[in-house]
Amino acid sequence: MEQTTKCEMLLTVNGEQHSVIARPADTLLFVLRTILGLTGAKPGCLNGDCGACTVLVNDVPIKSCMILAIETVEKKITTIEGLKHTPIQQAFVEHFAFQCGYCTPGFIMNAHALTKKHPLASDEIIQEWLQSNICRCTSYKEIEEAVKTVLANNSASLNDNHF
Amino acid sequence: MIGNSVIRKEAWDKVTGAAKYTNDYIKAGTLHAKLVTSRYAHAKIKEIDTRAAQTVPGVRAILTGEGLPLTGEDLRDRPPIAFEKVRYHGEVVAVVVADTLVQAEKAANLVRITYEPLPVVGSPREALKEGAPLIHEQLGSYQKGIGTYPEPNTNIAHRTKIRKGNMEKGWAESDVVVEANISFSPSDHAAMETRCAIAEIRPDGYIMIHASSQSPFMIKKLISSYFGEDVGKVIVHTPLVGGAYGGKTPVQLELLAYLASKAVGGRKVSIWNTREDDIITSPVHIGLEATVKLGCTNDGYLKAAEILYLFDGGAYSDKAIDVSRAGAVDCTGPYHIENVWCDSLCVYTNHPYACPFRGFGHGELSFAIERTMDLLAEKLQMDRLELRMKNAIRPGHTTPTQVLLNNSNVGNLPKCIKRLRELIHWDDWQRIEIDARTVRAKGVSCIWKTSTVDTDASSGAILTFNPDGSINLISGVVEIGTGTKTILAQILAEKMKMDIKDIHVKMEVDTQTTPEHWKTVASRGTFMAGRAVLEAADDAIRQLKEIASIVLRTPIEDLEVGYGKVFLRDDPTIYVDIKDIAYGYKYPNGNAIGGQIIGLGNYILRHLTYLDKETGAGKPGPEWTVGAQAVEIEFDKRDYTYKIIRAVSVIDIGKVLNEKAAIGQVIGAMSMGLSWASRETFLFDRYERVLNPQLRTYRPLRFGEHPEYVVEFVETPQIDAPYGARGAGEHGLIGMPAALANALSIAAEVPLNELPLVPELIWRKKKGEHHGSI
Ligand code: FES
Ligand code: FES
Repeated sequence: MEQTTKCEMLLTVNGEQHSVIARPADTLLFVLRTILGLTGAKPGCLNGDCGACTVLVNDVPIKSCMILAIETVEKKITTIEGLKHTPIQQAFVEHFAFQCGYCTPGFIMNAHALTKKHPLASDEIIQEWLQSNICRCTSYKEIEEAVKTVLANNSASLNDNHF
Repeated sequence: MIGNSVIRKEAWDKVTGAAKYTNDYIKAGTLHAKLVTSRYAHAKIKEIDTRAAQTVPGVRAILTGEGLPLTGEDLRDRPPIAFEKVRYHGEVVAVVVADTLVQAEKAANLVRITYEPLPVVGSPREALKEGAPLIHEQLGSYQKGIGTYPEPNTNIAHRTKIRKGNMEKGWAESDVVVEANISFSPSDHAAMETRCAIAEIRPDGYIMIHASSQSPFMIKKLISSYFGEDVGKVIVHTPLVGGAYGGKTPVQLELLAYLASKAVGGRKVSIWNTREDDIITSPVHIGLEATVKLGCTNDGYLKAAEILYLFDGGAYSDKAIDVSRAGAVDCTGPYHIENVWCDSLCVYTNHPYACPFRGFGHGELSFAIERTMDLLAEKLQMDRLELRMKNAIRPGHTTPTQVLLNNSNVGNLPKCIKRLRELIHWDDWQRIEIDARTVRAKGVSCIWKTSTVDTDASSGAILTFNPDGSINLISGVVEIGTGTKTILAQILAEKMKMDIKDIHVKMEVDTQTTPEHWKTVASRGTFMAGRAVLEAADDAIRQLKEIASIVLRTPIEDLEVGYGKVFLRDDPTIYVDIKDIAYGYKYPNGNAIGGQIIGLGNYILRHLTYLDKETGAGKPGPEWTVGAQAVEIEFDKRDYTYKIIRAVSVIDIGKVLNEKAAIGQVIGAMSMGLSWASRETFLFDRYERVLNPQLRTYRPLRFGEHPEYVVEFVETPQIDAPYGARGAGEHGLIGMPAALANALSIAAEVPLNELPLVPELIWRKKKGEHHGSI
């Protein structure tokens, strides 16, 4: 009855290789949390609606509830546990950009990729990117301030490089 | 230290993924439960056939509702699993336990239930109609708590009466009278972390529960009382909670997890809500239908209020009874009215059952009152803020439950209104046509709130010292995101005159080792736990001085504690380091005195009373926080869409303990209030089934849809609170729906007395105005 056929897959997560036995139907979110014990990515809807499960796959933010683990073989996965002392984490702390913190890993992964891909992002781009995550505690104002602080530093350092 | 924007203690855990929530603790070997829920809102259960489900590999047990005790905090009306009939769409009918979640889900899909549909009740007014289907035929036989008054053979779970002054006199003195009907359906808390509970019954009988909850101590008491377990053998762990907003006060999944574990010989079982279950199966945000009639003199002084609140408690009364009681307690909004008649009912319907939502009935009642205040101002042709200022509640006035207010137990509302007036440039314009299509308008609302917690609610704190003189702070407050535990550390650091980094806060609550904090609700965490922490600090200081007085050979009275030392008041060069006495003091020859310093403190709310059954007289809470709020919108007359430009709050918070945290709490609450008011509601079909139990169809505010927020505080200290601080975790939300509705009513020039304020509603009202009906 049950689809018990599991297979072995080699995943590269936060720079480490892991050999994982999972069902082909298992989502990346499930494998990260349940098999690898990386519980930073959170389940909020399992439906692509909330963004709490966001991780990076080849540096692109992906909702890990919407992608199968097996699709990420040979790709580079980064989770919140793989971010260390990044400017966006610092900015989230300083700007009080979270309360309960449940949406935070997803927001940070998304915002981190945003500040890397669009170091000088306009308001429209920021909005387009961050609309995919829900935060129920904050007013988003604090998150906006945190992201803009990092972008402002980006632009300052870009300017510095010109001279 | 007090007032500083100290970064929350768990901040780095939260930005690195190290922060753990209940569902992050599920380990190998845990069984998984899946809920089988009702497809009908009201139906008899004819048969439950589990044969096919039993054959799924890995299935360990399937639970149904037979033989379980009724549960409920004020009124025991709810079987943990539906028995004989279902009363709402999404109600739990069976629970499947299996080795993996996939197996449990597969089996759950194979449980065949035969129903016989019954007529449904879709709103409180329908429920009160003669001949309405009875949702609880046995209402008269349910066990009930003190102060709960169900009305058998009706759909009324509870009625709170407020009778203050003399209504005849009030109406006689009124020159102008207005009446308004308002209504809105239930909606959801939609915390990002769905509810989760894990239970295990150990061979020695200890029951270990892990739960995402605002009430770990209540879980312990209720499991003990419902199932006859020794209260000391129930141990509840609550780690960080991923958003709660009142929705995690009821005890629901914990009971199911306990029963499921019992059914599989005590093995560890986890129940984790899918988003869909979390939205409809677990308790929801209450709906309301209300009629408010206000009378005032020609110069705008309120003389009489007649108020009917019909709260949509849904299928089970649970905490909805208490919410309806809170609605009565503050029924008039923050206005001085001598003659008040109010009936506040908790009514059964076939909707998902309701529980507290941030603001605890006050966002709801304020919508009704503040809409009526605007209609009254319109009729009087009086400035809307002026009308509110004239009637603003002040020391010397009494509340609807006849509590006399003084300079400490109520904040300064006139000051809040005055400041709001300046902040929103009220006197410049209130409605302005930008061009042929676009109108801007401002709406205002005043707020107040006290708490209606149990009269004997208490909170405890323990401080244990480390060998380096640093302190572990242990309190029963759950960290639901409000930062209360960090604020407690600030209170302690201020008191001990020490560096906050030397205070280590225990984030997790464990009911065996953490002193009780009644429930993390009602914005009372800082007040109650803060008082307990201060008392524990006094206890620790006394012990430190005792040892130091022996070591330093001085009377205790001459000593001071601070900066890591106990020193002589008149000569600080004579001192002993706290680290040298925190674990007892050792003399050079090896003799020792003292021992580890352990400070204990607790606080119990004082002088609270039950409300009188006939008049409502009584003291429900220790103080009233007040405030004034405004929303500015830009409305498009052609397509009825609008944009929220600015939202403003001026709140009398008593004393700001942590500025950024306080602002964050207020604007977070404002955001939630605007989200609810502008878009959130359950959509029911004619069988009262919820059509939108997902975050793409139940769509909260998203990034970029937020307006500009302005928050200012007034500080009128509550004398007996730590540093004078008042509760403020919820207050930002309370006036938002009313202020938004008032702004839009002015912009669209049509009264908008329903929620949510979607463009379609405004369009309907406009059309209805021209064509009589739609
Ligand atoms: S859990 Fe993946 S988007 Fe919500
Ligand atoms: S901080 Fe709680 S949901 Fe964002």
